[in-house]
Amino acid sequence: MLAMESKRGFLRFASGVRGLREFGIIVFILVLSVLIGIRNPRFLTWGNIHDMLVDTAALLVVAVGMMLVLVTGGIDLSAESVLALTGMVTGIIIKDHPYLSPLLMLVFGLCFGGLLGSITGLVVSRGRVLPIIATLSMMYIYRGITFIVSKGEWIDAHEMPESFKALATGRVLGFSNLIVIALVVYVVFYYFTAHTRTGREIYAVGSNLEAARIIGINTAFITWLVYMISGALSGLGGVMWVARYASAQNDTAAGFVLTVVAACVLGGVSISGGAGTIPGVLLGSITIGIINNALPMIRVSPFWKMALQGIIILVAALVNVAVARNIERTQLRKREELRMVRYGA
Amino acid sequence: MALETVRVQRVRTSAFRWEWLLLVLIAGTFFVNSRISPHFLRYTSLMSALSVFLEAGFMVLSMVFILVAGDIDVSVASIVALASVLMSLSYKAGLPMGLAMLVALGVGTGCGYLNGLLISRIPNLSAIIVTLAGFSLYRGIAYILLGDRAVGGFPSWYSYLAWGDIGGTGIPFILVAFLACALVYGLVLHRTSFGRKVFAIGTNRIAAVFSGIPVARIRHTLFTLNGLMAGVAAIFLTSKLGSSRPNVATGYELEVIAIAVLGGASPSGGKGSIAGACLALVLMRLLRYGMGLRNVPGQVMMVIIGIVLICVVMFPNLLAARKRRPAGS
Repeated sequence: MLAMESKRGFLRFASGVRGLREFGIIVFILVLSVLIGIRNPRFLTWGNIHDMLVDTAALLVVAVGMMLVLVTGGIDLSAESVLALTGMVTGIIIKDHPYLSPLLMLVFGLCFGGLLGSITGLVVSRGRVLPIIATLSMMYIYRGITFIVSKGEWIDAHEMPESFKALATGRVLGFSNLIVIALVVYVVFYYFTAHTRTGREIYAVGSNLEAARIIGINTAFITWLVYMISGALSGLGGVMWVARYASAQNDTAAGFVLTVVAACVLGGVSISGGAGTIPGVLLGSITIGIINNALPMIRVSPFWKMALQGIIILVAALVNVAVARNIERTQLRKREELRMVRYGA
Repeated sequence: MALETVRVQRVRTSAFRWEWLLLVLIAGTFFVNSRISPHFLRYTSLMSALSVFLEAGFMVLSMVFILVAGDIDVSVASIVALASVLMSLSYKAGLPMGLAMLVALGVGTGCGYLNGLLISRIPNLSAIIVTLAGFSLYRGIAYILLGDRAVGGFPSWYSYLAWGDIGGTGIPFILVAFLACALVYGLVLHRTSFGRKVFAIGTNRIAAVFSGIPVARIRHTLFTLNGLMAGVAAIFLTSKLGSSRPNVATGYELEVIAIAVLGGASPSGGKGSIAGACLALVLMRLLRYGMGLRNVPGQVMMVIIGIVLICVVMFPNLLAARKRRPAGS
């Protein structure tokens, strides 16, 4: 009875801390927005906020896949190249066959990216190559293939049909299609990670691989699955990216993977696996989106972006480690108290 | 005691086999290259083929140490960029070239020190995330300082470092400098107690802590050392290019890690050798040179190097899995 109560107390506390972290990001976003709004009032207009969300849509989608990989304790550096390659292939297809439905291209992006991701997944899960080595290599392989399929050329806005560009300009209930797509992805993956067996198994694999294997989870399959999903979402992000900027280039999204990792880490995803939530990633990505959108508005040179990103990753990772240690310490104290109550001091 | 000797011997023999394999591959590439182009076997072109990428070779040496200890550092290329930019700026600000080169070494060491400080002193902060942040931060600072400009106009003797040769023998200066460095690193890794401690940390970090090895201090030293070598690489690279920009050495981190891994270092720690890394460096140069002779574009080379890296890491794993399966059933 006492144990139950104490356990429940701990759970409440732990979720409190996690909630606290998300609350912390929300406060940070609000303070940041107000400060930027004071410098440049145009920042807080609905038009600008909408533009900011449209620009962040691809990041939002790719970050979900990255989160799943990070939760298993891996990392997917190839996400940006999968995005670029899928974007380029989509661009070439839509250039040659302008009558194709944009919806079909979205599905194509998901499948093509999923295919690329599943190759990476096989290398990691069956080939037992460390994720950082496997995905770093894949990052260069897919980027190289992007150059090869495009023959070094890029695809311009005027080579794309209006119907495809409408993917970014069209609106549903006043929101851009891209925002709606991102929203759908978040709803689906919130359900997947929080309420399905497979989704929970991802966390189990990331928390303790051996334990997960022993209780009968197919760890190789789960590992493959997260890279496949990350690839699929990067592919989807690639189609969204090409539609948004109305061009497919060879160096599309070069360096983008750092932004994605920054968004995840900022959203409380642990790089050593086992922890991370969909709402956290949503907030982390939006924070990155705000910073990227605001820099030119408060007249900061774009050359600051890269250094700023490094600092954000570092600070967020430090905060994550501190929070994790705090939880661990509380857990330990609770356990000690429990033992004292049970056996007397 | 006896057990330990057996262990060490087994590690040595397996490393030996790996290096033989590299030698065979080098011989094969050599043969193919000489069939492709009659100019390949000329002394001067051979020397230049060997010394073209050597500035990154300096980082391979210290990267082997980091991989052996079970860590990874993806920030080296960015440290090269920052060190190169700060060196050029301090030369432009009126510092003599010699002192400016010291600035590059100092900047490199400083960045490496910072990486190592965070990684080794804060528990649970992984090397991947810290060096990934460094990857963005260091090159970002270079961009803040220089934007998209380039700085050049160094004294003429400075280009000797990358282009000069020793007293008319045709042996490049950089090759000699690299071999001297490799000798020192090889001796430290394979013949000193410090080297054995690095292997111990990579094999089992917790066991290393409990056997009294100053794990945090050694890991800190290794990252600092890696930063220093990035500074050395910055000096040679800037000498080669004749100017510095914030985007120099882009992608070097993959190449450096790839060569170290190709040379038998395992990213999961406890394995690696300097001799293997040097052979892998030669192999990679010959491969690239050969592909250059056949006019293979850089992007295709990128794909091939990526595939080679994955295969090299995957091959022993798959073999081990095959061996294990019948034994387990």
